[in-house]
Amino acid sequence: MILKSIPILSLNNVCYEASGKQLIKKLSCQFMAGPRCVIIGPNGAGKSILLKLCHRLLNPSQGHIQWYDEKGNKSNSIINQAMVFQRPVMLRRTAAANVDYALSLRGLNKIQRKARTEEVLKLTGLTHLGHFSARVLSFGEQQKLALARAWALRPKILFLDEPTASLDPSATFEIEKVINAIHNSGTQIIMTTHDLAQAKRLADEVLFLHRGQILENSLASTFFAGPTNKFAQAFLKGDLLVWDQKEVKIQGR
Amino acid sequence: MNVFLDAISLLTTTDSNLLSIVGLSLWVSLIAVFFATLIGIPLGAATSLYEFRGRQFLIVLLNALMGLPPVVVGLIVYLLLSRSGPFGVLGLLFSPTAMIIAQTILIIPIIAALSRQIIDHLWIEYSEQLLSLGATSYRRMKTLIWDGRFSLLTAVLAGFGRAIAEVGAVMIVGGNIDHVTRVMTTSITLEVSRGNLALALGLGIVLITLSLSINAIAYLLKEFAESRQI
Repeated sequence: MILKSIPILSLNNVCYEASGKQLIKKLSCQFMAGPRCVIIGPNGAGKSILLKLCHRLLNPSQGHIQWYDEKGNKSNSIINQAMVFQRPVMLRRTAAANVDYALSLRGLNKIQRKARTEEVLKLTGLTHLGHFSARVLSFGEQQKLALARAWALRPKILFLDEPTASLDPSATFEIEKVINAIHNSGTQIIMTTHDLAQAKRLADEVLFLHRGQILENSLASTFFAGPTNKFAQAFLKGDLLVWDQKEVKIQGR
Repeated sequence: MNVFLDAISLLTTTDSNLLSIVGLSLWVSLIAVFFATLIGIPLGAATSLYEFRGRQFLIVLLNALMGLPPVVVGLIVYLLLSRSGPFGVLGLLFSPTAMIIAQTILIIPIIAALSRQIIDHLWIEYSEQLLSLGATSYRRMKTLIWDGRFSLLTAVLAGFGRAIAEVGAVMIVGGNIDHVTRVMTTSITLEVSRGNLALALGLGIVLITLSLSINAIAYLLKEFAESRQI
Protein backbone atom coordinates (compact mmCIF):
# COMPACT_ATOMS: atom_id res chain seq x y z
CA MET A 1 0.00 0.00 0.00
CA ILE A 2 1.40 3.41 -0.94
CA LEU A 3 1.15 5.61 2.11
CA LYS A 4 0.59 8.85 0.23
CA SER A 5 0.03 9.36 -3.45
CA ILE A 6 1.72 12.72 -4.00
CA PRO A 7 4.66 12.42 -6.38
CA ILE A 8 7.84 14.27 -5.44
CA LEU A 9 10.21 13.24 -8.16
CA SER A 10 9.91 11.35 -11.41
CA LEU A 11 12.53 10.14 -13.87
CA ASN A 12 11.54 9.69 -17.49
CA ASN A 13 13.78 7.62 -19.77
CA VAL A 14 16.87 8.82 -17.92
CA CYS A 15 20.20 7.62 -19.30
CA TYR A 16 23.63 8.33 -17.91
CA GLU A 17 26.80 7.70 -19.82
CA ALA A 18 30.42 8.06 -18.71
CA SER A 19 33.50 7.37 -20.85
CA GLY A 20 31.30 5.82 -23.53
CA LYS A 21 29.75 3.37 -21.09
CA GLN A 22 26.04 3.52 -20.39
CA LEU A 23 25.65 3.24 -16.64
CA ILE A 24 21.95 4.08 -16.39
CA LYS A 25 19.74 2.82 -19.21
CA LYS A 26 16.40 4.45 -20.05
CA LEU A 27 15.32 4.45 -16.46
CA SER A 28 11.82 5.62 -15.57
CA CYS A 29 10.33 5.68 -12.10
CA GLN A 30 8.47 7.88 -9.70
CA PHE A 31 9.18 8.56 -6.04
CA MET A 32 6.14 9.29 -3.91
CA ALA A 33 5.95 11.31 -0.71
CA GLY A 34 5.85 9.24 2.44
CA PRO A 35 7.28 5.75 2.17
CA ARG A 36 10.97 5.05 2.66
CA CYS A 37 12.31 3.85 -0.64
CA VAL A 38 15.32 1.56 -0.58
CA ILE A 39 17.23 0.98 -3.78
CA ILE A 40 18.98 -2.37 -3.72
CA GLY A 41 21.19 -4.17 -6.15
CA PRO A 42 24.67 -5.63 -6.48
CA ASN A 43 27.82 -3.52 -6.81
CA GLY A 44 27.95 -1.66 -10.10
CA ALA A 45 24.18 -1.68 -10.49
CA GLY A 46 24.12 2.11 -10.71
CA LYS A 47 22.58 2.80 -7.29
CA SER A 48 24.91 5.67 -6.35
CA ILE A 49 24.68 7.19 -9.82
CA LEU A 50 20.90 7.09 -9.63
CA LEU A 51 20.96 8.96 -6.31
CA LYS A 52 23.43 11.50 -7.66
CA LEU A 53 21.21 12.07 -10.70
CA CYS A 54 18.22 12.63 -8.43
CA HIS A 55 20.26 14.96 -6.21
CA ARG A 56 21.49 16.86 -9.28
CA LEU A 57 25.14 16.09 -8.67
CA LEU A 58 25.09 14.52 -12.13
CA ASN A 59 23.14 15.52 -15.18
CA PRO A 60 21.44 12.83 -17.25
CA SER A 61 22.88 12.22 -20.73
CA GLN A 62 19.32 11.73 -21.94
CA GLY A 63 15.86 11.86 -20.45
CA HIS A 64 14.30 14.17 -17.94
CA ILE A 65 13.99 14.46 -14.18
CA GLN A 66 10.84 16.20 -12.99
CA TRP A 67 10.35 17.67 -9.55
CA TYR A 68 6.96 18.30 -7.96
CA ASP A 69 5.91 20.83 -5.34
CA GLU A 70 4.26 19.96 -2.03
CA LYS A 71 0.85 19.78 -3.67
CA GLY A 72 2.08 17.39 -6.33
CA ASN A 73 2.17 19.93 -9.16
CA LYS A 74 5.09 19.96 -11.60
CA SER A 75 7.69 22.44 -10.41
CA ASN A 76 10.66 24.03 -12.10
CA SER A 77 12.45 24.66 -8.83
CA ILE A 78 14.08 21.86 -6.92
CA ILE A 79 12.70 21.26 -3.46
CA ASN A 80 14.91 21.30 -0.38
CA GLN A 81 16.99 18.14 -0.43
CA ALA A 82 20.18 16.78 1.12
CA MET A 83 22.46 13.81 0.65
CA VAL A 84 24.71 11.71 2.86
CA PHE A 85 27.48 9.80 1.17
CA GLN A 86 28.97 6.39 1.78
CA ARG A 87 32.16 7.98 3.06
CA PRO A 88 31.35 11.05 5.15
CA VAL A 89 33.26 14.15 4.13
CA MET A 90 34.08 16.22 7.19
CA LEU A 91 35.33 19.75 6.84
CA ARG A 92 38.42 20.66 8.85
CA ARG A 93 36.59 22.19 11.79
CA THR A 94 34.68 21.04 14.85
CA ALA A 95 31.64 18.77 14.68
CA ALA A 96 29.34 21.67 15.61
CA ALA A 97 31.02 23.94 13.06
CA ASN A 98 30.37 21.35 10.34
CA VAL A 99 26.64 21.62 11.01
CA ASP A 100 26.87 25.38 11.35
CA TYR A 101 28.64 25.60 7.99
CA ALA A 102 25.84 23.75 6.19
CA LEU A 103 23.27 26.06 7.78
CA SER A 104 25.26 29.17 6.85
CA LEU A 105 24.99 28.12 3.20
CA ARG A 106 21.20 28.23 3.59
CA GLY A 107 21.39 31.82 4.80
CA LEU A 108 20.41 31.29 8.45
CA ASN A 109 21.63 33.89 10.92
CA LYS A 110 24.01 33.10 13.77
CA ILE A 111 21.31 32.68 16.45
CA GLN A 112 19.21 30.38 14.25
CA ARG A 113 22.30 28.36 13.31
CA LYS A 114 23.37 27.92 16.91
CA ALA A 115 19.91 26.81 18.02
CA ARG A 116 19.51 24.34 15.18
CA THR A 117 23.03 22.95 15.54
CA GLU A 118 22.43 22.28 19.23
CA GLU A 119 19.08 20.71 18.39
CA VAL A 120 20.38 18.21 15.82
CA LEU A 121 23.46 17.34 17.83
CA LYS A 122 21.16 16.54 20.75
CA LEU A 123 18.79 14.53 18.55
CA THR A 124 21.66 12.47 17.19
CA GLY A 125 23.38 12.08 20.57
CA LEU A 126 26.46 14.02 19.50
CA THR A 127 26.25 16.99 21.88
CA HIS A 128 29.27 15.81 23.88
CA LEU A 129 31.35 15.68 20.68
CA GLY A 130 30.32 19.09 19.36
CA HIS A 131 33.58 20.83 20.20
CA PHE A 132 35.84 18.04 18.87
CA SER A 133 37.43 18.25 15.45
CA ALA A 134 35.05 16.34 13.14
CA ARG A 135 37.94 14.51 11.54
CA VAL A 136 39.07 12.84 14.78
CA LEU A 137 35.66 11.23 15.34
CA SER A 138 35.23 7.53 14.62
CA PHE A 139 33.80 6.54 11.24
CA GLY A 140 30.41 5.78 12.82
CA GLU A 141 30.36 9.12 14.63
CA GLN A 142 31.33 10.92 11.44
CA GLN A 143 28.49 9.26 9.58
CA LYS A 144 26.10 10.23 12.36
CA LEU A 145 27.40 13.77 12.14
CA ALA A 146 26.89 13.73 8.37
CA LEU A 147 23.26 12.73 9.04
CA ALA A 148 22.94 15.49 11.65
CA ARG A 149 24.36 18.01 9.18
CA ALA A 150 21.86 16.94 6.56
CA TRP A 151 18.98 16.84 9.04
CA ALA A 152 19.75 20.36 10.22
CA LEU A 153 18.82 21.57 6.75
CA ARG A 154 15.31 20.15 7.31
CA PRO A 155 15.20 18.62 3.85
CA LYS A 156 12.02 17.35 2.22
CA ILE A 157 14.05 14.52 0.72
CA LEU A 158 17.18 12.94 2.12
CA PHE A 159 19.26 10.75 -0.18
CA LEU A 160 21.43 8.22 1.62
CA ASP A 161 24.10 6.40 -0.33
CA GLU A 162 24.91 3.19 1.55
CA PRO A 163 25.25 5.07 4.83
CA THR A 164 26.28 2.00 6.84
CA ALA A 165 28.48 0.29 4.24
CA SER A 166 31.62 0.19 6.39
CA LEU A 167 30.08 0.06 9.85
CA ASP A 168 29.81 -2.66 12.48
CA PRO A 169 26.36 -3.82 13.71
CA SER A 170 26.22 -1.51 16.73
CA ALA A 171 27.17 1.57 14.68
CA THR A 172 24.70 0.45 12.00
CA PHE A 173 21.99 0.25 14.64
CA GLU A 174 22.77 3.80 15.77
CA ILE A 175 22.67 5.11 12.21
CA GLU A 176 19.39 3.33 11.46
CA LYS A 177 17.90 4.87 14.61
CA VAL A 178 18.80 8.33 13.31
CA ILE A 179 17.45 7.50 9.83
CA ASN A 180 14.13 6.46 11.37
CA ALA A 181 14.04 9.62 13.48
CA ILE A 182 14.67 11.76 10.40
CA HIS A 183 11.90 9.95 8.54
CA ASN A 184 9.52 10.37 11.48
CA SER A 185 10.21 14.09 11.46
CA GLY A 186 8.68 14.27 7.99
CA THR A 187 11.63 13.84 5.66
CA GLN A 188 11.31 11.52 2.69
CA ILE A 189 14.10 8.92 2.72
CA ILE A 190 15.54 7.49 -0.47
CA MET A 191 18.51 5.27 0.23
CA THR A 192 20.69 2.66 -1.38
CA THR A 193 22.08 -0.48 0.18
CA HIS A 194 23.24 -3.92 -0.83
CA ASP A 195 22.48 -5.21 2.65
CA LEU A 196 19.23 -7.16 2.34
CA ALA A 197 18.68 -7.32 6.09
CA GLN A 198 18.91 -3.55 6.28
CA ALA A 199 16.52 -3.18 3.36
CA LYS A 200 14.04 -5.41 5.22
CA ARG A 201 14.38 -3.27 8.34
CA LEU A 202 14.08 0.11 6.67
CA ALA A 203 12.20 -0.20 3.39
CA ASP A 204 8.56 0.61 2.73
CA GLU A 205 9.23 0.31 -0.99
CA VAL A 206 12.00 -1.50 -2.81
CA LEU A 207 13.54 -0.66 -6.11
CA PHE A 208 15.79 -3.42 -7.46
CA LEU A 209 18.43 -2.09 -9.79
CA HIS A 210 20.77 -4.14 -11.92
CA ARG A 211 23.20 -2.94 -14.59
CA GLY A 212 21.54 0.46 -14.77
CA GLN A 213 18.00 -0.80 -15.14
CA ILE A 214 15.11 -1.14 -12.73
CA LEU A 215 14.10 -4.77 -12.73
CA GLU A 216 11.63 -4.63 -9.87
CA ASN A 217 9.76 -1.80 -8.16
CA SER A 218 7.34 -2.86 -5.47
CA LEU A 219 6.28 -2.62 -1.87
CA ALA A 220 8.85 -4.09 0.51
CA SER A 221 6.42 -6.74 1.76
CA THR A 222 5.71 -7.88 -1.82
CA PHE A 223 9.34 -7.83 -2.82
CA PHE A 224 10.58 -9.85 0.13
CA ALA A 225 7.66 -12.30 -0.19
CA GLY A 226 8.80 -13.13 -3.71
CA PRO A 227 9.95 -10.81 -6.48
CA THR A 228 8.82 -11.53 -10.02
CA ASN A 229 12.12 -10.83 -11.76
CA LYS A 230 14.53 -13.78 -11.92
CA PHE A 231 17.60 -11.67 -11.09
CA ALA A 232 15.84 -10.13 -8.10
CA GLN A 233 14.86 -13.62 -6.99
CA ALA A 234 18.46 -14.76 -7.32
CA PHE A 235 19.77 -11.68 -5.47
CA LEU A 236 17.29 -12.27 -2.66
CA LYS A 237 18.31 -15.93 -2.51
CA GLY A 238 21.92 -14.88 -2.08
CA ASP A 239 23.11 -16.07 -5.49
CA LEU A 240 25.83 -14.11 -7.24
CA LEU A 241 24.92 -12.12 -10.32
CA VAL A 242 27.99 -12.36 -12.52
CA TRP A 243 28.47 -10.37 -15.71
CA ASP A 244 30.64 -12.25 -18.20
CA GLN A 245 30.85 -9.47 -20.85
CA LYS A 246 27.89 -10.87 -22.81
CA GLU A 247 25.18 -11.68 -20.35
CA VAL A 248 24.38 -11.90 -16.68
CA LYS A 249 24.82 -15.34 -15.18
CA ILE A 250 23.38 -16.45 -11.89
CA GLN A 251 25.84 -18.41 -9.82
CA GLY A 252 24.15 -20.21 -6.98
CA ARG A 253 25.05 -23.35 -5.04
CA MET B 1 88.69 29.82 9.64
CA ASN B 2 89.47 33.40 10.67
CA VAL B 3 86.79 34.65 8.33
CA PHE B 4 84.29 32.36 9.97
CA LEU B 5 85.27 33.53 13.47
CA ASP B 6 85.08 37.17 12.36
CA ALA B 7 81.62 36.51 10.95
CA ILE B 8 80.47 34.97 14.24
CA SER B 9 82.00 37.91 16.11
CA LEU B 10 80.04 40.35 13.93
CA LEU B 11 76.86 38.47 14.67
CA THR B 12 77.46 38.37 18.44
CA THR B 13 78.31 42.06 18.64
CA THR B 14 75.02 42.91 16.85
CA ASP B 15 76.62 45.18 14.29
CA SER B 16 74.13 48.00 13.55
CA ASN B 17 74.90 47.95 9.85
CA LEU B 18 74.21 44.24 9.70
CA LEU B 19 70.98 44.66 11.66
CA SER B 20 69.68 47.34 9.31
CA ILE B 21 70.44 45.14 6.28
CA VAL B 22 68.69 42.14 7.85
CA GLY B 23 65.75 44.30 8.89
CA LEU B 24 65.29 45.75 5.40
CA SER B 25 65.59 42.29 3.80
CA LEU B 26 62.89 40.91 6.05
CA TRP B 27 60.68 43.94 5.58
CA VAL B 28 60.88 43.88 1.76
CA SER B 29 60.42 40.11 1.49
CA LEU B 30 57.59 39.88 4.00
CA ILE B 31 55.64 42.70 2.37
CA ALA B 32 56.20 41.11 -1.06
CA VAL B 33 55.03 37.74 0.30
CA PHE B 34 51.97 39.41 1.83
CA PHE B 35 50.89 40.94 -1.49
CA ALA B 36 51.82 37.85 -3.50
CA THR B 37 49.74 35.72 -1.11
CA LEU B 38 46.77 38.06 -1.44
CA ILE B 39 46.93 37.68 -5.21
CA GLY B 40 48.48 34.23 -5.63
CA ILE B 41 46.23 32.09 -3.43
CA PRO B 42 42.90 33.34 -4.89
CA LEU B 43 44.44 33.15 -8.37
CA GLY B 44 45.55 29.56 -7.79
CA ALA B 45 42.19 28.61 -6.29
CA ALA B 46 40.31 30.27 -9.14
CA THR B 47 42.31 28.43 -11.79
CA SER B 48 41.56 25.22 -9.94
CA LEU B 49 37.83 25.74 -9.38
CA TYR B 50 36.52 27.96 -12.18
CA GLU B 51 36.01 26.99 -15.80
CA PHE B 52 36.84 29.93 -18.06
CA ARG B 53 38.31 30.58 -21.46
CA GLY B 54 42.09 30.44 -21.37
CA ARG B 55 42.21 28.46 -18.10
CA GLN B 56 44.54 25.81 -19.49
CA PHE B 57 46.80 28.50 -20.90
CA LEU B 58 46.88 30.28 -17.54
CA ILE B 59 47.81 27.03 -15.75
CA VAL B 60 50.68 26.39 -18.17
CA LEU B 61 51.75 30.03 -17.89
CA LEU B 62 51.78 29.98 -14.07
CA ASN B 63 53.77 26.76 -14.05
CA ALA B 64 56.25 28.18 -16.55
CA LEU B 65 56.55 31.47 -14.67
CA MET B 66 57.59 29.63 -11.50
CA GLY B 67 61.04 29.63 -13.05
CA LEU B 68 60.85 33.28 -14.11
CA PRO B 69 64.40 34.70 -14.47
CA PRO B 70 64.78 37.37 -11.75
CA VAL B 71 66.98 39.63 -13.88
CA VAL B 72 64.31 39.75 -16.57
CA VAL B 73 61.68 40.71 -13.99
CA GLY B 74 64.11 43.29 -12.61
CA LEU B 75 64.64 44.69 -16.09
CA ILE B 76 60.91 44.90 -16.82
CA VAL B 77 60.17 46.61 -13.49
CA TYR B 78 63.14 48.92 -14.11
CA LEU B 79 61.75 49.92 -17.53
CA LEU B 80 58.29 50.48 -16.04
CA LEU B 81 59.57 52.59 -13.14
CA SER B 82 62.38 54.45 -14.86
CA ARG B 83 61.85 58.16 -15.59
CA SER B 84 60.95 57.47 -19.22
CA GLY B 85 58.70 54.55 -18.28
CA PRO B 86 54.91 54.66 -17.79
CA PHE B 87 55.23 54.80 -13.97
CA GLY B 88 58.34 56.96 -13.87
CA VAL B 89 56.34 59.86 -12.48
CA LEU B 90 55.87 57.93 -9.22
CA GLY B 91 59.60 58.12 -8.55
CA LEU B 92 59.78 54.60 -7.17
CA LEU B 93 62.95 53.40 -8.84
CA PHE B 94 65.82 52.59 -6.44
CA SER B 95 63.47 52.41 -3.48
CA PRO B 96 62.35 49.50 -1.28
CA THR B 97 58.90 49.81 -2.94
CA ALA B 98 60.44 48.97 -6.32
CA MET B 99 62.09 45.94 -4.74
CA ILE B 100 58.77 44.84 -3.22
CA ILE B 101 57.10 45.16 -6.63
CA ALA B 102 59.80 43.06 -8.33
CA GLN B 103 59.72 40.38 -5.64
CA THR B 104 55.92 40.29 -5.67
CA ILE B 105 55.91 39.71 -9.44
CA LEU B 106 58.51 36.97 -9.03
CA ILE B 107 56.69 34.99 -6.38
CA ILE B 108 53.05 35.34 -7.45
CA PRO B 109 53.42 32.46 -9.97
CA ILE B 110 55.07 30.26 -7.33
CA ILE B 111 52.31 30.80 -4.77
CA ALA B 112 49.54 30.59 -7.39
CA ALA B 113 50.80 27.39 -9.05
CA LEU B 114 51.41 25.60 -5.75
CA SER B 115 48.06 26.80 -4.36
CA ARG B 116 46.29 25.46 -7.43
CA GLN B 117 47.74 22.01 -6.84
CA ILE B 118 46.76 22.06 -3.15
CA ILE B 119 43.21 23.24 -3.91
CA ASP B 120 42.93 20.65 -6.70
CA HIS B 121 43.62 17.84 -4.21
CA LEU B 122 41.23 19.24 -1.63
CA TRP B 123 38.52 19.72 -4.24
CA ILE B 124 38.65 16.03 -5.16
CA GLU B 125 37.83 15.24 -1.53
CA TYR B 126 35.24 17.98 -0.96
CA SER B 127 33.53 18.44 -4.33
CA GLU B 128 30.46 16.24 -3.92
CA GLN B 129 29.82 17.37 -0.35
CA LEU B 130 30.09 21.07 -1.13
CA LEU B 131 27.97 20.77 -4.26
CA SER B 132 25.42 18.75 -2.32
CA LEU B 133 25.22 21.42 0.38
CA GLY B 134 24.66 24.02 -2.33
CA ALA B 135 27.84 26.04 -1.82
CA THR B 136 28.23 28.83 -4.37
CA SER B 137 31.49 29.08 -6.35
CA TYR B 138 32.68 31.85 -4.06
CA ARG B 139 31.88 29.89 -0.88
CA ARG B 140 33.57 26.79 -2.32
CA MET B 141 36.72 28.80 -2.96
CA LYS B 142 36.61 30.38 0.48
CA THR B 143 36.02 27.03 2.18
CA LEU B 144 38.82 25.28 0.34
CA ILE B 145 41.28 28.07 1.07
CA TRP B 146 40.34 28.01 4.76
CA ASP B 147 40.42 24.23 5.07
CA GLY B 148 43.68 24.03 3.14
CA ARG B 149 45.29 26.88 5.07
CA PHE B 150 48.08 24.84 6.63
CA SER B 151 49.01 23.22 3.32
CA LEU B 152 48.84 26.61 1.63
CA LEU B 153 51.38 27.83 4.15
CA THR B 154 53.91 25.65 2.32
CA ALA B 155 53.19 27.55 -0.89
CA VAL B 156 53.62 30.87 0.91
CA LEU B 157 56.90 29.65 2.40
CA ALA B 158 58.19 28.62 -1.00
CA GLY B 159 57.43 32.18 -2.12
CA PHE B 160 59.21 33.62 0.90
CA GLY B 161 62.23 31.43 0.26
CA ARG B 162 62.45 32.71 -3.28
CA ALA B 163 61.95 36.33 -2.21
CA ILE B 164 64.52 36.45 0.61
CA ALA B 165 67.16 34.69 -1.51
CA GLU B 166 66.57 36.84 -4.58
CA VAL B 167 69.40 39.06 -5.79
CA GLY B 168 69.14 39.83 -9.53
CA ALA B 169 65.88 41.75 -9.62
CA VAL B 170 66.40 43.71 -6.39
CA MET B 171 69.87 44.68 -7.50
CA ILE B 172 68.49 46.19 -10.73
CA VAL B 173 65.47 48.02 -9.29
CA GLY B 174 66.92 48.77 -5.84
CA GLY B 175 70.40 49.74 -6.86
CA ASN B 176 71.98 48.37 -3.64
CA ILE B 177 72.10 51.82 -2.00
CA ASP B 178 73.57 51.74 1.48
CA HIS B 179 70.94 52.15 4.22
CA VAL B 180 68.22 52.57 1.60
CA THR B 181 67.94 49.51 -0.59
CA ARG B 182 70.78 47.29 0.55
CA VAL B 183 69.48 43.86 1.51
CA MET B 184 71.29 40.69 2.56
CA THR B 185 71.73 39.17 -0.88
CA THR B 186 72.89 42.34 -2.62
CA SER B 187 75.12 43.11 0.33
CA ILE B 188 76.75 39.66 0.19
CA THR B 189 77.50 40.19 -3.50
CA LEU B 190 79.01 43.60 -2.78
CA GLU B 191 81.04 42.55 0.25
CA VAL B 192 82.49 39.57 -1.60
CA SER B 193 83.62 41.86 -4.43
CA ARG B 194 85.14 44.20 -1.82
CA GLY B 195 86.91 41.31 -0.13
CA ASN B 196 84.98 41.83 3.13
CA LEU B 197 84.29 38.13 3.50
CA ALA B 198 83.47 38.23 7.22
CA LEU B 199 80.43 40.48 6.76
CA ALA B 200 79.39 38.50 3.67
CA LEU B 201 79.61 35.25 5.60
CA GLY B 202 77.82 36.76 8.60
CA LEU B 203 74.96 37.81 6.37
CA GLY B 204 74.95 34.38 4.76
CA ILE B 205 74.62 32.74 8.18
CA VAL B 206 71.74 35.07 9.08
CA LEU B 207 70.04 34.35 5.76
CA ILE B 208 70.24 30.59 6.23
CA THR B 209 69.20 30.79 9.91
CA LEU B 210 66.18 32.93 9.04
CA SER B 211 65.15 30.62 6.26
CA LEU B 212 65.53 27.53 8.47
CA SER B 213 63.67 29.13 11.37
CA ILE B 214 60.70 30.23 9.30
CA ASN B 215 60.46 26.81 7.65
CA ALA B 216 60.72 25.08 11.03
CA ILE B 217 57.95 27.23 12.51
CA ALA B 218 55.71 26.54 9.53
CA TYR B 219 56.47 22.81 9.68
CA LEU B 220 55.65 22.65 13.40
CA LEU B 221 52.45 24.61 12.82
CA LYS B 222 51.38 22.22 10.06
CA GLU B 223 52.25 19.17 12.19
CA PHE B 224 50.27 20.59 15.10
CA ALA B 225 47.27 21.26 12.85
CA GLU B 226 47.43 17.80 11.31
CA SER B 227 47.72 16.06 14.66
CA ARG B 228 44.68 17.96 15.91
CA GLN B 229 42.91 17.58 12.55
CA ILE B 230 41.98 21.24 12.43
